[in-house]
Parts: sequence; structure tokens; C-alpha cells
Amino acid sequence: MEAASLPAALELAAGGGAGLSPEKRAVLGASLLLLQRDYRFERVWFWGCIQGVRGVYYIAEGLGPDRAAPRSRLYSWNCVEWSLLPPATEEMVARAEQLKGRFQGDPSFEYEYAEINAEDAERLFEDGKEPMIKEESRLVATIEQIDRAVGIIPRGAFVKTPLGSVRENRNFEGLSLTEAKKLSSYFHFTEPVNLKNKTLLEKADLDPSTDFLDSLEHDIPQGSWTVQLEKGGTVVVLRSLLWLGLTFYHVPMTKQYGYVYFGTGEKNLDLPFML
Amino acid sequence: QHGHGPYQPHEPGYGLYQPGYSPYDDQIPDPTSQMLAIQNAKAYLLKSSTTSGLNLYDHLANMLTKVLDEQPINAVDVIENISKDVKWAQFQKKMDTLRDEHEILPTFEAAEKCKALFLKANGEGDEELEEEIGETPLPNVMETAFYFEQAGIGLSKDESYHIFLALKKLISVQPIQTCRFWGKILGLEMNYIIAEVQYHEGEEEEETEEEEVIEEGAKGMGEVEDEDENKEKENEPPKSTYKPPPVIPKEENGTGANKYVYFVCNEPGKPWVKLPPVTPAQIVCARKIKKFFTGRLDAPVVSFPPFPGNEANYLRAQIARISAGTQISPIGFYQFAEEEGDEEEEGGGRDTYEENPDFQPLSVAEMVGSLSTWVHHGQSILKQGRCVWFNPFQRSEEEEEEEDVEEEKAEEPNELQQEIGPPLLTPLSEDEGIQNIPAWTAEASTNLIPQYAVAILQSNQWPGAYAFASGKKFDNIYFGWGHKYSPENHTPALPPAVQAEYPSGPEVAETRDPTLEEELALKAAKEEALAAAEEEEEEEDVEDDEEEDDD
Repeated sequence: MEAASLPAALELAAGGGAGLSPEKRAVLGASLLLLQRDYRFERVWFWGCIQGVRGVYYIAEGLGPDRAAPRSRLYSWNCVEWSLLPPATEEMVARAEQLKGRFQGDPSFEYEYAEINAEDAERLFEDGKEPMIKEESRLVATIEQIDRAVGIIPRGAFVKTPLGSVRENRNFEGLSLTEAKKLSSYFHFTEPVNLKNKTLLEKADLDPSTDFLDSLEHDIPQGSWTVQLEKGGTVVVLRSLLWLGLTFYHVPMTKQYGYVYFGTGEKNLDLPFML
Repeated sequence: QHGHGPYQPHEPGYGLYQPGYSPYDDQIPDPTSQMLAIQNAKAYLLKSSTTSGLNLYDHLANMLTKVLDEQPINAVDVIENISKDVKWAQFQKKMDTLRDEHEILPTFEAAEKCKALFLKANGEGDEELEEEIGETPLPNVMETAFYFEQAGIGLSKDESYHIFLALKKLISVQPIQTCRFWGKILGLEMNYIIAEVQYHEGEEEEETEEEEVIEEGAKGMGEVEDEDENKEKENEPPKSTYKPPPVIPKEENGTGANKYVYFVCNEPGKPWVKLPPVTPAQIVCARKIKKFFTGRLDAPVVSFPPFPGNEANYLRAQIARISAGTQISPIGFYQFAEEEGDEEEEGGGRDTYEENPDFQPLSVAEMVGSLSTWVHHGQSILKQGRCVWFNPFQRSEEEEEEEDVEEEKAEEPNELQQEIGPPLLTPLSEDEGIQNIPAWTAEASTNLIPQYAVAILQSNQWPGAYAFASGKKFDNIYFGWGHKYSPENHTPALPPAVQAEYPSGPEVAETRDPTLEEELALKAAKEEALAAAEEEEEEEDVEDDEEEDDD
């Protein structure tokens, strides 16, 4: 969620019972602005927090002029001092996927690979890397996975300029109530995967400036998003069931939208059994 | 405006009708070639489109008016969108002679219901006000919400207030002694807001009578069926010897897992629905399945092992499990009622507690530092599904006699191990952790202002269960999806092994038919044996004869 609209946004996304204490809210108002100044971000998003066993990581993201470029991520313990996280690599993500269990709350904690095939072990040893992974890498990989899988925006909120960069759409006035209830009105804010697979007929209906991302309609498994109207129908809240704790809110016919993650940072692999 | 349309150059009216001049002017202004070009251009711009009836001149005029009125930044970059917007607005006004019916959005209806919460019920006089100010079962939801908010837990203030009013409505309708906001469980289509309630004594009789009537009716039917079957017994295929395990009865309302009654509603403002009491079979099954709630109480729960009930029962079972595992209080707040002689009873310790009038609250640092300063005041549920052990094999004499006559001795364990759970008011330090994670995480709400900090506990077994303590105040709450945490993936129960249909022995075992050689060999062997036997008999006869001769 945008740092500028944090208090209002937290009120709208609080339907799941998770939020921030007044102390944190107050300090974030100031420290996120300072982040913007120090790192020269154009936009700062408060991404959410990952609860470890012994502590909580608060995560913020900074965006540059091209909003679709890889974002810089920072974490903090107390929302006052922030540390930059290394960018996520595919290898990091692949290794972190094998880890299970809660985050410990200590970035230098090293996880051991509990069960590992002989082949993988050989491969790792050949590369000269140790079969340990630090919690910091796991954190980076988890944030990247969550953003890729369930970081969403409403359709039309961002436009692709002819030069290829992505910016906010100033003419975006919000989705209408009927549109807001459909999953096809929301896009994953990440590199599109399914766009090329659409038939030519479907592509003809698309508007290349606004429809350059994957929509939520074809997410697997079907039904991994809940769409609810809260507060008497004035706010549309989408919650992800794959990453429990991801909440997206949008007030129809206004420009207010955003997503935030409050959770333990674990993927819900039992989802197919639970639906 | 231009009813006669643009005049082509060869037509007589061409050039005559200019805005500002009437067509009956005899004087034709003398156009210089530039003016003529301008007029041509303008006429072209005024040409109406054949598809939409608009013309470019008006459109450009409107667009420029809009741009000058609104003065957007970088207008040249967004000029296409402005153009589209103007067209859109134009289109609606001109072409539609129908008026849009004023849309009644569903949001308006929801707002109506919300507003109803805020109106005072009719007939409340001043007398009732005075009564309410005294002892009221209504909990102070806003106060609890304030303390939880210090830790960042809780719903928005608006929603908390709505829940407050909804609880007030519930209390005015039902005869309730104590009431508590238990928490919120999220679902796929709708969410559940749950209130934990205890009735006044003696108010709950109606429900139990209905259930008993249903059970007796079922028994009557069963007897009739048995008689029919006895008549046809000779022609029936063999009956199965399967005996289902005995049904363990649910606990009485007001004790054990059914100590509290729970009311749910989807949103504050909607009517409260009472959840049925929970049976041990439902709890045992709920432990094996993991399903999301849909938000509709009558939705079926499709699972394996098949859940005995619908979503209302599953919800009640999960609430019972969560309450048993996560209802905690600071040590010393509750104490056992002073009754001697309870310790020798079957089924273990005491199950009632009362508030301790001499409770001395501990400091926040102590509450956060160690887990032994907190105790469970929710009775834990045994593996059986009840809080108090029930031995299903203690039958009355009549039943035992019947069984001896009808059935053969089946292989049943006659004695089940009595299950014992941790006694009430055990401290949290006795809770098992999961792998290397403790069962609870404790922290103070703020490190900057320790004097006014609140001690907060989060459960790691049931993510979403929280408790706070500050001085003499404490409370528990749950916000979540209603499932237990397990680091391993959920593995659904496998179907049980196929039952043996018949005991396998040599009579039913297949063997190979003997070949011709084997049959001949057998025949030869038999003949030899026969011949040998005859020889022996002859010898014996001979011996006997000899013996007789000897005599």
C-alpha cells in the first residue's frame, strides 16, 4: 500500500484482524518518507510484515520511474531503521522453496536442508556452495514469491507507455461495483506469463496500454481468491488463499487500492484439500 | 442548428449561411480566398459523422473547453483520454431519451441494516436504562479492542463498534448471563462473527427435549425393521459381522466442550444464529480434515473421513478446539471452587472455577518473560472428543444379556485405556511446542513506553489466537481462518484396509488339479498300501491261529 495513504488503507484492510499498532503507524509515517528521501524512490510502498517466532520483519518496497522494474526491498525490526535486502535471484527462490516452517526472526539464522536428494547434494557440493541457507535469503525469496504470485492491482490502474515503461494511469477513476466483483478486473503486477497463450480473438479485445499483465481469472487452483464486500459493501477485499495473510482492498469508483501482507511467510500447500 | 446540412459548392445556398448571417440576406459577403478557405475548413469540421451524429467542430470545442477548465498537467500526454471522456459524456446525453433508473446499489441496503443497529429499540423507557447501567452481560468490546490494538491486532474501529451494537441486540433478545466477543473466522464467501455466551440457569431446556424426541423416534423405527428381517431370515444372504464402534455421547450442555453456547452472524446487523452443541464424533473428525469455511451455515462439508454434519457443525467443532487450546488467563485470576472430596472421582480433576477476589496482577515484564504466569482456563479435549472421559463399554445389565444371546463372542477389547488430559488451570509452560517452536510467543506491546505496555501472547499452534493482559484486565480473541498450524503438509486419511470377507483356509484355497501321472502314482500307491494291509492281516490271522493252536 502507498505510504502516503497508510492510515486509511490500514483501516480498510483490517477485516482480517491484522494491522499495526498506533506506535508503528506513527513511526512509519515518518520513516517511510525518510526512506524516500535517502534512496530517491519515487514511490514507497509498505509491503507488510512477516512474523517470525522471535521477532517480526517489517518490509517496505521502493519503486523507481518504471513501476514494473524490479523493486528495492528493505526490512526493519522496529520500523525506524531500515536495511536494504539483496535482489532476488532465481536460484535463491528455488532453494528457499524447499524450506518449511516458520521464520525464526533472526536474519543470520542458517537453515539446514533437512531432506535432500543425493543428486542435489552432489550438485551443490560441486558448485562449491554450502547446503545451508540464511534466513535473509529466505526472506528475500519469500517476498519475491509473494509479489509474483499474489501481488495484484486493479485493471487500468497502470498504463504502459509507448516507450515500454509502466506508470500510474492518471485517468483511472476506479472500478465500478460490478467490475470489482470479477476476478478478471485484477492483474498480477509482475511479468506476464499467460498473455502470449491467449487466442487471437481474445487478444483483439485487449487494450495494449492497460491489458499488458495476467489477470486473476486463470489462477491455479481455481478459487484461490476470495472476493468479499466489506463495510456494508463499500470496500472490495480480495484475500489470497495460497499465501494466507495477503489482503487486497479497493474502494469502487475511487482511486484507493493497495495490498498488504500480514502473515507468517509460508505458502499454503494444503489449498487443494481445503477448497 | 444546421437543419439544411452543408451546402455543396454547386448548390445555390452555398456560402450564404454563415453563423451570424441569416439565409435571406441578399448581400453575400465578399470572401477573399483566405476567408473562403476558412469557411471551407469550418464547413468540413461541422460535417456530422454518419455513425454518431457528432461533428468534429463541436467536439474540439468541448475538448478545449474541458482542458482549459480543468488545466491538467501534461495535457498533451493525456489528450486522447480527454477526447474519449468528452465523447462518452456527449454520447450519453444526446442519444438516450430514456433516463437511467436511479440505481439501488446493494450498498444502500447494507447501510440501512447498519443504521438499524444504531436506532434504539422501541419501548425502552428510562427504567430500563437504569437497570442496564448496573450489571450487564454486555462486554466492553471497545475497551478490549483498544488493548489489542496496542499490539496491532483487531478490526477497524467502525467494525468493532458495529459488533458492540450487534452484541447488545443479541443480549436484549436472548436470556443471557455472560457474553463475550469470541472472535472472527474468515470464510470464502462471507465471514463469521462469533459470540460466546452462557445462558441463565434453566433457560436451555427446550433444545434438549427436541433432540431426545428425534432419537427415540429413530429407535422405534429400528425395532420395526428388525422384526421384518427376522421373518425373512432364512432367505437373506449372510449378514455382515461388522459392528460399528460404539457412539460416544456428547457432553451435556453447560459442561465440558459444550460449556458455552455460540452465536454467529455474517455481518453485524444480520440476525444471530445459534450453533448446535458439538458431539465427540464431530471433534474427532474435525481433527482429521482441513477445509475452508464458505460462510453459509448450511453448506455441506465434503471431506474424507466424511464429516458428520454441515458447516455449522464443523464451525462449532473448530470453535470448541480453538477454545480448548487457547483460552488462557493470568495465573491466579481464576481459582478452583472450594469443594473437598472431588479428587477421588472418576475422570480426573475439577472442571469448575471461579474468579479469585484476591487476585494480584503481575507486572508486564513478568507476564511476558515466562510462560508459567499464564494458565489455561479452557478445558482441553481428550482424544475421544470429550473433556470428561466416557467409557463406552460400561453397559447396563440388560444390554449385556441381549448381546450374549444374539451374537457370538466378538474380539473386542473389553477395557479401553482411560484417557487423561492436562487438568484445568495448567500453566502454559507445559504446552508442547511444534518442532523447535514454542507453543506461544510472548511480547510486550511497546518497548518505548514500558510503563504502559500491555503483555501480548500469540499462539503458534492456532495462528490467529491472541491474549492480552494489563493489570487486572485480560482477554482472549481469535482472528483467523479457523485451522491449526502444522509444519507438515496435510495428508488426508487413507481409506481403511479392505475388510476380510471370509477366513482363508484349505477348504477355500485353490489348488492345482492333479495331473494324469500323479493320479496313476496315487492309485499305485494306494494299491500297494492295500496289498500291504492284506498281508498284514493274513499274518495276524496266521499268528492268531498259531496262538490258538498253541493253546
